[in-house]
Amino acid sequence: MCGIAGIIYRNGDGEHAVGHDMTAMLQSMKHRGPDSTGYALYGPASELVVMRYKLADANDARDLEFARRLEHHKADVEARLRMLGARIHKIEKETAYAYRVTFEYDGELKAITDVVEDVPHAEVLSLGHSLEIIKDLGDAEQVAKQYRLDGFVGTHAIGHVRMATESDVDISGAHPYWAYPFGDVAVVHNGQLTNYFQWKHRLERSGHRFQSECDSEVIAVYLAEKMSDGYSLEDAMRESLEALDGVFTYICVTGDALGVAKDEMAAKPLVLYEADDIVALASEEIAIRAIVDHEIETWDPYEGEVMVWTR
Amino acid sequence: MDALAGERMITYDARGLVEPDDTVPRVSEIDGDRAVFDAKSLTTRQINLELRWLLYEEGVKDVTVLNPGAKHSLGVGILTRCRITFDGSLGYFGCGLIDGPEIQIKGRVGWSACENMMSGVVVIESNAGSLTGAAIRGGDVVVKGQVGARTGIDQKGGTIIVLGRAGSMTGFMMQRGRQIFCDDVGPGLGDSMYDGTIYVAGKVKSLGIDCVPGEWDDSDTELIERKFRIYGLGKPPEFQKFVCGKKLYNYDNLEPSERKLVL
Repeated sequence: MCGIAGIIYRNGDGEHAVGHDMTAMLQSMKHRGPDSTGYALYGPASELVVMRYKLADANDARDLEFARRLEHHKADVEARLRMLGARIHKIEKETAYAYRVTFEYDGELKAITDVVEDVPHAEVLSLGHSLEIIKDLGDAEQVAKQYRLDGFVGTHAIGHVRMATESDVDISGAHPYWAYPFGDVAVVHNGQLTNYFQWKHRLERSGHRFQSECDSEVIAVYLAEKMSDGYSLEDAMRESLEALDGVFTYICVTGDALGVAKDEMAAKPLVLYEADDIVALASEEIAIRAIVDHEIETWDPYEGEVMVWTR
Repeated sequence: MDALAGERMITYDARGLVEPDDTVPRVSEIDGDRAVFDAKSLTTRQINLELRWLLYEEGVKDVTVLNPGAKHSLGVGILTRCRITFDGSLGYFGCGLIDGPEIQIKGRVGWSACENMMSGVVVIESNAGSLTGAAIRGGDVVVKGQVGARTGIDQKGGTIIVLGRAGSMTGFMMQRGRQIFCDDVGPGLGDSMYDGTIYVAGKVKSLGIDCVPGEWDDSDTELIERKFRIYGLGKPPEFQKFVCGKKLYNYDNLEPSERKLVL
């Protein structure tokens, strides 16, 4: 089933408690997906590159070598970043297996990802100047507590609660997906894609990498490729309606915009609330009401609709 | 592993499947046969228990529920004549499986409102999600805003009136009853319908399989004027009528030949 949510503040500055708000929205939709929870949060844009990566999964077996192996791989990631010319500012250990690194770097993001992911079990969850993807097993409150998201201040965010249907319950299978290798772009999806393998093979042939067996990852990579071909976010999303088969409602975010697309059957739900200062959308109104405590006017977008808001 | 801790500690479930032993909160202010209560801090199950207690045991005939807060499955399975006002929005499956009540929802409803309703009236003052009035067998559903997709899917009776726009596959597989749309409807109108009538005042994006324009007669005018009068909707606009083309009715042709083969 899965639940998706998005929120974008429209009054420009970056001083909003997006971490707290997104947790409230996702927790209220826990019944739609108790397997894992994920966030794509946008903090204030920085000159530095911020990278979130993981070296293991929450449910990996903890053998005797586990901790030592992680330390070894972590040092390896650090060395490789330096090798590529990144000047590391800070490495934060978020959990036993997930890290947040900020560094100065002006080369290609693809090179960073490819070299880092060459380290065994490493997966770059997000890369960009403001995007941070946090995902793990459990409900929103558990993940928010584990990664201390309550204090995350930013401009916009999307989130996802997952009920796994197509692939494993692990961090790689959790949403949101970063649009490798396109900085600051992420996607959450509710639905199933039926031409997933076709698109996966096509995109792999043009040099993209897939980290999971989850059909939703293809949306992020598809949009990234379109945008690198010069399409705007909105045009790329419109093209996707024709290209992708299946049932879907997905939300895509970039550094300054948030867009939503629905398939031609309107098979998957989405409720939209648009006010002067905020746009909030979610699979269920109850998620929007978790952050807006008064009666509001909301509606369901129609089939084949694409809508984009900028902050 | 931290993330897995507490996985079994479910305390509240918006589907209302937990707390089977919950008790009636008895928080209503009752005044004769009228009552009002605030649902803000109550769970789905508590709200429904309170409604049942008021309507079945306290003899209340008119209940107002404040702050429903878009919770799911509120006002379901009410099987008595009464009046219920929800002073706000409902989530999914609102007012499903009802038989008799007259319900006013002052906000919006989510997916599958009034599902399988047998009789009564539900008036939704704002928008409704998809699958509104799914499989209803009787009664009237009036939506003053717009509705999502597949309105009145599998409808078996009753009337659905929508003042705003409607989405795709409206009236999908409807079997009986009437649908009145005062604005535009999406693609696939009346797809695979068996019977019943759909009236549309706005533009139809496309007709579904085996849905065809029907011939207007006096009974159509009478029905529309009557419904508009009852619900105070003003002067009706001009409608087009759509019915089943019955081209998909081939069960009778197939069955005898199959029977011959068997014999």
